[in-house]
Amino acid sequence: MGKVVLVTGAARQLGGRFVRRVQRDPDVERVIAVDAVTPPHRLGAAEFVRTDIRQSAIARVLAEHAVDTVVHLAVTGGGPVGARSAVKETNVIGTMQLLGACQKSPSVRRLVVKSSTSVYGGAPKDPAVFTETSQPKALPSTGFAKDAVEVEGYVRGFARRRPDVAVCVLRFANILGPFADSALAEYFSMPVMPTVLGYDPRLQFVHEDDVLDVLQLAAGEPRRGTLNSGTFNIAGDGVLLLSQCSRRLGRPTVPLLMPAVTWVGSALRTVGVTDFSPEQIRLLTHGRVVETTQMREVLGFEPMYTTAETFADFARSRRAGLLPPERVGWAVERMAGLLDVELDEGAQR
Amino acid sequence: MADAKVIPFDEDRPRRRLTGRRVRAVPAPTAEPELAPEHAPEAAPEAAREAGPAAGADWDRRIAGGLAFLRRRLTGEYEVDDFGYDKELTDQVLMSLLRPLYDKYFRVEVKGLENVPSKGGALIVANHSGTLPLDGLMMQVAVHDHHPAQRHLRLLAADLVFMLPVVNELARKAGHTLACAEDAQRLLEAGELVGVMPEGFKGIGKPFGERYKLQRFGRGGFVSTALRAGTPIVPCSIVGAEEIYPMVGNAKTLARLLGIPYFPITPTFPWLGPLGAVPLPTKWTIQFGEPIPTDGYPPEAAEDPMLMFNLTDQVREQIQHTLYKLLVQRRSVFF
Repeated sequence: MGKVVLVTGAARQLGGRFVRRVQRDPDVERVIAVDAVTPPHRLGAAEFVRTDIRQSAIARVLAEHAVDTVVHLAVTGGGPVGARSAVKETNVIGTMQLLGACQKSPSVRRLVVKSSTSVYGGAPKDPAVFTETSQPKALPSTGFAKDAVEVEGYVRGFARRRPDVAVCVLRFANILGPFADSALAEYFSMPVMPTVLGYDPRLQFVHEDDVLDVLQLAAGEPRRGTLNSGTFNIAGDGVLLLSQCSRRLGRPTVPLLMPAVTWVGSALRTVGVTDFSPEQIRLLTHGRVVETTQMREVLGFEPMYTTAETFADFARSRRAGLLPPERVGWAVERMAGLLDVELDEGAQR
Repeated sequence: MADAKVIPFDEDRPRRRLTGRRVRAVPAPTAEPELAPEHAPEAAPEAAREAGPAAGADWDRRIAGGLAFLRRRLTGEYEVDDFGYDKELTDQVLMSLLRPLYDKYFRVEVKGLENVPSKGGALIVANHSGTLPLDGLMMQVAVHDHHPAQRHLRLLAADLVFMLPVVNELARKAGHTLACAEDAQRLLEAGELVGVMPEGFKGIGKPFGERYKLQRFGRGGFVSTALRAGTPIVPCSIVGAEEIYPMVGNAKTLARLLGIPYFPITPTFPWLGPLGAVPLPTKWTIQFGEPIPTDGYPPEAAEDPMLMFNLTDQVREQIQHTLYKLLVQRRSVFF
């Protein structure tokens, strides 16, 4: 018997790609894609149901199609479309409605929720590397991070009430890749990047392709020796500092004092350049690094891209910055030429 | 005949040919027999023409190394670990900045480095003093420059360090991290050398009159962390740091206003302004003591408060004892 998979948030880039991907799984019989707006992209053979998950109609969809796997991707940071309050409502009220519907539905066997590592917050008093069990010292108080914390709370409640449903919460690091449309991707596309003076945050990325792979892994039956229910951090190996990111992109930075960053952020948001939320500023101040041992050992997932490779793939998809690294490297070589020394990696200590 | 100074080149990279003086292999046909034949002889006549070929080549190589470093930094092609530790920057820049302070200003004498293991994790526990945490930095330079294995000490720092702009950035890049059990254990299990000063602000911010009197060692969390990781504890005593800023008073109200644990008043600070912040040039001694093994205990021992207190006291007493011994041997504060 094939599975029936319901995917929320299908109108977004990632949701659409996942819908197309999961259809190719031989175990999957049907895919139901759900979103409040009609997706701009093709969804293949999936059945699109236009409904708002904030309304109880979602329960009927679940019952009608005898859905057994729910992949909840509609927890998002917003982005270019929609005001913050509407996004928050979709994130929180939508999740509550969806979970309520799942609880009523006898056919649901598996629930996968896309969360974010931003639930850990990130403050000077936090340990350098977060594990799944870390208790954040300062809970995020605004924005998407707060939504994600609340969503995870409701999901935990659901898991208690329906112990027969396998629940998998995936906490993704910042998702990047050629198609990324997140606030961070927009930030990295700015010609000059404002940064917080005196801070060089550690960032971790996960590639879009890895996101799709791990979602598919979590939505299917667990492989031998692995367990795909629980909470997992998903991130590429390694760490990049913001200064490294800007140099590899070739985009100069403007360090600003903390209050000025907030002003510039709200100014940029007003003119609609990018979403520069307090939470984003927090990420760009303190950074965030998570441990991925659970992902490897329990979930049995090996990401294809490291953090640096993800970033390189993202950088290739964007226009070159004002100071492309190749040109900077060439300038240094020219200087070496003028000084009449041979610049070679072999000469390094 | 001088030793061969051979610069390895990777052959697949296209290089622009330059005229005149070149940095190439200094000819040494007898040495380095494994050298590929196309490397050596080419530059022989040019190098021989120079008055001091070795010195010139050395300078050129330094410039080339510096520029290669510059290129890697400017293009972002360097690595940092999960804690933000930038090994290259620490080795090439940060340590070079601290070295004059270590060698020339405080003239640090380091003893007992053989007690610091050459590989594997170990927890170095030291006394803390001096109003500003220069003692930790000097300990880092001591291990980095004088240990035969050139180990990198990863210091555990107070959360205040990671709240201050610029300071937090430099601290992370120098390999420091927050003094919490999670970070310490992660580093120790990764086989790193971790330095901790359990007295914390109680030690560093104590009045001058209480110099070289060890304060309470926190709650002994460092012992249980070392026990869980099964790494030895190396006690370390630092003499000389207490006198760099003789703290005669503490403006508590001002400190509370600024959100810092203490506001030091020394004979020169804040009266002379920034000039008063220059530390006194005392003569330092850093002594690493006999390591205390922790691998003989069962895993549940880390939960035993009695054992923790005993081990903490043992470490504390060993440091205090060594401090007194070093103080007796010391001829004067400044020499």
